[in-house]
Amino acid sequence: MEIIPLGDSALLVRVDDSLGEVLAAARKLEAAKIEGVCDIAPAFASVAVFFAAPRDLAASAAEIQRALRRRSRAGSKSLKPSLHQIPVCYDPEFALDLAAVAKHCRRSPNELVKRHAAAEYRVRCVGFAPGFPYLSGLPRELATPRRPTPRVSVPAGSVAIGGAQAGIYPLSSPGGWNIIGRTPLRLFDATREPAALLRTGDRLRFITINRDQFEQWPA
Amino acid sequence: MARLTIVRAGPLMTVQDLGRPNHRREGVSLGGALDRQTARVANLLVGNPETAALLEITLGPAILRFPDRRAIAWGGGDFPLQIEGTEIAAGRAACVHAEEELTVGPARRGARVWLAISGGIDVPPLLGSRSTDLRAGFGGLAGRALGDGDELPLGGTGRPNQTERVATWGAPADWTQTSTRILVLRVVRGAEWPDFKAEARAAFLRESFVVRPQSDRMGARLAGLELRRSAEIERLSEAVVPGTIQVPNDGQPIILLGDCQTIGGYPRIAHVITVDLPLAAQLRPNDAVRFREVTLAEARAFFVERENDLDRFRVGIRLRTL
Repeated sequence: MEIIPLGDSALLVRVDDSLGEVLAAARKLEAAKIEGVCDIAPAFASVAVFFAAPRDLAASAAEIQRALRRRSRAGSKSLKPSLHQIPVCYDPEFALDLAAVAKHCRRSPNELVKRHAAAEYRVRCVGFAPGFPYLSGLPRELATPRRPTPRVSVPAGSVAIGGAQAGIYPLSSPGGWNIIGRTPLRLFDATREPAALLRTGDRLRFITINRDQFEQWPA
Repeated sequence: MARLTIVRAGPLMTVQDLGRPNHRREGVSLGGALDRQTARVANLLVGNPETAALLEITLGPAILRFPDRRAIAWGGGDFPLQIEGTEIAAGRAACVHAEEELTVGPARRGARVWLAISGGIDVPPLLGSRSTDLRAGFGGLAGRALGDGDELPLGGTGRPNQTERVATWGAPADWTQTSTRILVLRVVRGAEWPDFKAEARAAFLRESFVVRPQSDRMGARLAGLELRRSAEIERLSEAVVPGTIQVPNDGQPIILLGDCQTIGGYPRIAHVITVDLPLAAQLRPNDAVRFREVTLAEARAFFVERENDLDRFRVGIRLRTL
């Protein structure tokens, strides 16, 4: 574990590259109510602690160290991760790269879809764009390198594979991952609280839906 | 409800306030006025809370038409700003009447100004802020940049504290005129500072870098001597913040600004200190910029000094408006 400054108003707490470690550290830091903290954000193997203004970061780092040494009492049962069922339509019109990914993986498109929808995933980090989940749990045989040239605009809801990770584009944005389907769910909605549907640590499964179900999915 | 008319929006005009400082775990950028200090001072000058929404105007020229009598104040780059032909200096509250037009720019130097209007811009807050998040498309007016003919709801003015055309008293010029000819940004070392070659670190603190045209509210992209690392190590993405200077594999640094992503994988050579972020917000294409290293203790001392000045300014404003 190491704590390093991130500019004059934030600290980066590095832990092992493990979801459990990240979540445990984030939980302890939340519970510690460290003075001056305005935000805490977990990433893959680190948790960033943001302060409202520049301060004595050495003192804050010591406070963080103490907080992380505490035995976690916030029982794991109260914080059981949610399991989300994410409907996905793998219709060719949405699955812009399904054929290319199938070819890369040397599987038929049907086989690819079956394997993609059979796996259980976990949200390793939310970032890149508001509500964008980086997912672990992609079956190894489906890993596919990112597209050499990113698309200027990936449609909102696009379900994607980027290297060994899976993801979902919550909003229409540029992106280089391979698109294999689309969900009708709104992963990010600023008028909602919380705005992001998925949080770091959440569990997730993809449920195959057909085109009619997609069109009729309640907003 | 009183509505401000955007007669001419110019290249980029958005509604901003102090942003969304506590939604980063959802991947939401801090956003907000790229110069928070000027936004706060301009709001104070017109009797608004420091968190009121205002206009961030890029380069200009822009024209606004007012629905009723309002106090306005502005700061930022070196821009001409006029109400019906009368020049209004930065950092001075001014009075604008119903149906009068205010023109901003074109910029003489610097890139952006912040214009506060008494009553504030009353668009609905989302996730605790009225700021426009251009990348995610929410906040401000319909999540987008303002266009010609747009109308913005203004909040109630209460008791307008400004009746003369231009106030005789104002904020210190160095607060409200933040564009300088030769820009030196003070930095503290970043997490990957040691990963850069000794020549690269020396060059970073010695050479000038030029702002590239592909710069926006997410970041100022620079061009200059290539900054090489000792080894190309792929890293897991970690947090970045406005002010972070990251160096992609082409060796050309990028100063991240308010709309930057919450995480990134490029090495962070340094971070612009908080008190110098307003200067970074004035960079425009072809401007030159240099970096000077300070310690974290110095960065904090500069901030404390400026906050103390701002506290005195707040007291001064209160005494004048009693």
